[in-house]
Amino acid sequence: MSAGQAFAVVVQRIEIRKLRHGDNLILGFSIGGGIDQDPGQNPFSDDKTDKGIYVTRISQRGPAEEAGLRMGDKIMQVNGWDMTMVTHDQARKRLTKKNEDVVRLLVTRKSLEEAVKHSMGSYPRQ
Amino acid sequence: MDTESTHSGYSYHSSRSGRSNRHGDRSRERHKASGSKDSVRSERSVVINPPDSPSQDSPVHNGEPLPGEPTPTADEGDEAQDDNWGETTTAVTGTSELSISQEEVVGLGKEMYDRTESFRRYLPLAVGSCVGLLVLATPLAFLLLPAVMWPDRLQACGAACEGLFLSIAFKLLILLMAMWALFLKPGRASLPRVCVYRAFLTTLTLLLTMSYWLFYGVRILDAQDEDYHGIVQFAVSLVDSQLFVHYLAVVLLELRHLQPCYSASVMRSTDGETRQYNIGQLSIQKAALSILEYYYRDFPLHNPALLSASKHRAAKHLAGLKVYNVDGAQPGNGNQSRAMVTAAAKRKDSAHNELYYEEADYERRVRKRRARLVVAVEEAFTHVRRMKKEDEHATPSDIMDVREAALAIFPSMARALQKYLRTTRRQHSHSMESIQKHLAFCLVNNMSPKAFLEAYLAPGPTLQYGPERWMADQWTLVSEASVTGGIKEGSEFLLKCLDFSLAVTIKGIPYIRLTEEYVDLKSHKFILLLQSETSV
Repeated sequence: MSAGQAFAVVVQRIEIRKLRHGDNLILGFSIGGGIDQDPGQNPFSDDKTDKGIYVTRISQRGPAEEAGLRMGDKIMQVNGWDMTMVTHDQARKRLTKKNEDVVRLLVTRKSLEEAVKHSMGSYPRQ
Repeated sequence: MDTESTHSGYSYHSSRSGRSNRHGDRSRERHKASGSKDSVRSERSVVINPPDSPSQDSPVHNGEPLPGEPTPTADEGDEAQDDNWGETTTAVTGTSELSISQEEVVGLGKEMYDRTESFRRYLPLAVGSCVGLLVLATPLAFLLLPAVMWPDRLQACGAACEGLFLSIAFKLLILLMAMWALFLKPGRASLPRVCVYRAFLTTLTLLLTMSYWLFYGVRILDAQDEDYHGIVQFAVSLVDSQLFVHYLAVVLLELRHLQPCYSASVMRSTDGETRQYNIGQLSIQKAALSILEYYYRDFPLHNPALLSASKHRAAKHLAGLKVYNVDGAQPGNGNQSRAMVTAAAKRKDSAHNELYYEEADYERRVRKRRARLVVAVEEAFTHVRRMKKEDEHATPSDIMDVREAALAIFPSMARALQKYLRTTRRQHSHSMESIQKHLAFCLVNNMSPKAFLEAYLAPGPTLQYGPERWMADQWTLVSEASVTGGIKEGSEFLLKCLDFSLAVTIKGIPYIRLTEEYVDLKSHKFILLLQSETSV
């Protein structure tokens, strides 16, 4: 996918409630990627020119894991803000806004797409 | 030495004359020392031998030895050979007082050969000196003859003319030194055919001189020319032309083959050692000569003892395969021959197994011996050191010179060294004296025990060992193309000596296209590729 091209993916909405950990509000996962980063080193992306934001680690039993986020998910939107063409720092800022308690993510996952394809394929075309 | 052997096609003898004196006994010594199976002639006199003795020398017929017969001598010592092969030579009779012994006949032949040898070696020198004398004497003759023959009618020599005398003198001196440097040295090898360029240059020089003499004789001597200035100028022009011919000689003989344009790949037939050399445009015989000089420097010493193992395997292989069916195809013999064939096949199958275990065992043995040797040598070297200032008042019996020191520490390592050399089958290339000499050399030059040992752990280049070990003295060049023709891409020729041969293949050095690329110093710029991970 290059910038400017339209694409269609299967997405899932995930709502994570932030957890108070001392002085900070944490979500329990780590992100990698961004338009200022090197996309070739991303182990989760299919297309090695994809500069989107990916979930690289999930803390055990954190809010993100309980909400259904998985490692390798690509985050498309956070609370309505687009995350496909942002720098790494901008992505971090959008996720760690102090006045927000809840983040609503739009994520896409390879396994999601394949599941949909399988289910579509099992129904005969009309 | 077979000076009268038949020539086949273009093969010629080319001898490597490394020794300056031509005593026959030197090479006689060499024959006695080498136990090689393929030495050409034995020089022991004929004796009556019992049939099972291994030392059969030369075949004789009717009581007279045959001088031209090459005789293979039986191996003494470590190789297990068939002891009864002496019976296959022709009839043996003892020497009588009337017949001359083999030694004398060989000595005669050698004398004749050595005389032709030195003749061939010094012939170019003789020709060079004659031509040189002629070249030097001619201008002087041109100048002196008018003064001798018609002095009264000769015009006086002015200042310009005397200046020309000076120039002739210096040019002749330069020509003399140049000729000495280029031509007047004893040849370092005797090649089968005359070098084309040398012959051409000699002819050119003689032609030049003769034409000048002719001109001089007709126009000056006959006409009794009085203009001495003109005569001197004529002599100067001769010396100039001779200098230019010498320049041509330098370019053709020395400079042309300095620039490499061919690559020769040389492979030895016995063990496959291969080396590559870059050589310039030479004739085949000159290329063979320079390759032989590289051979003596680079190739490890030829060791016939290492080849016996593969020969035994080959013999066993052949013995296993021969299945003769003498009585024709009969049903009774079918089973027998089938059994023999399967037995042969089984033997063939186990041959590689045997080889594998033999080689593994050999490596282990060599490594064990080597370890013992290294320890023995290191221990021996700790017993001796250089005398320092404070040792001067030590007991006089402890102070010794190099030779005695070497002799003192030699026995402690001698056994280990000898066992190691026997295991690697190189014991015949190192004698006791040579080892002691090398030890003394290492002690004088403060070498470490490892440095001393290196000479024995690996076979060194052939030149290191001295002429009696080379086993390759007389070389024959076998070539399909003419040996005075130049080498070309794809030429092949063979350099044969008694025990092995060197196969030489010539390839051209590729034409290299080199282009340049301009690099601006400011163009060296870099970007940083980040991959950060942030936890949120």
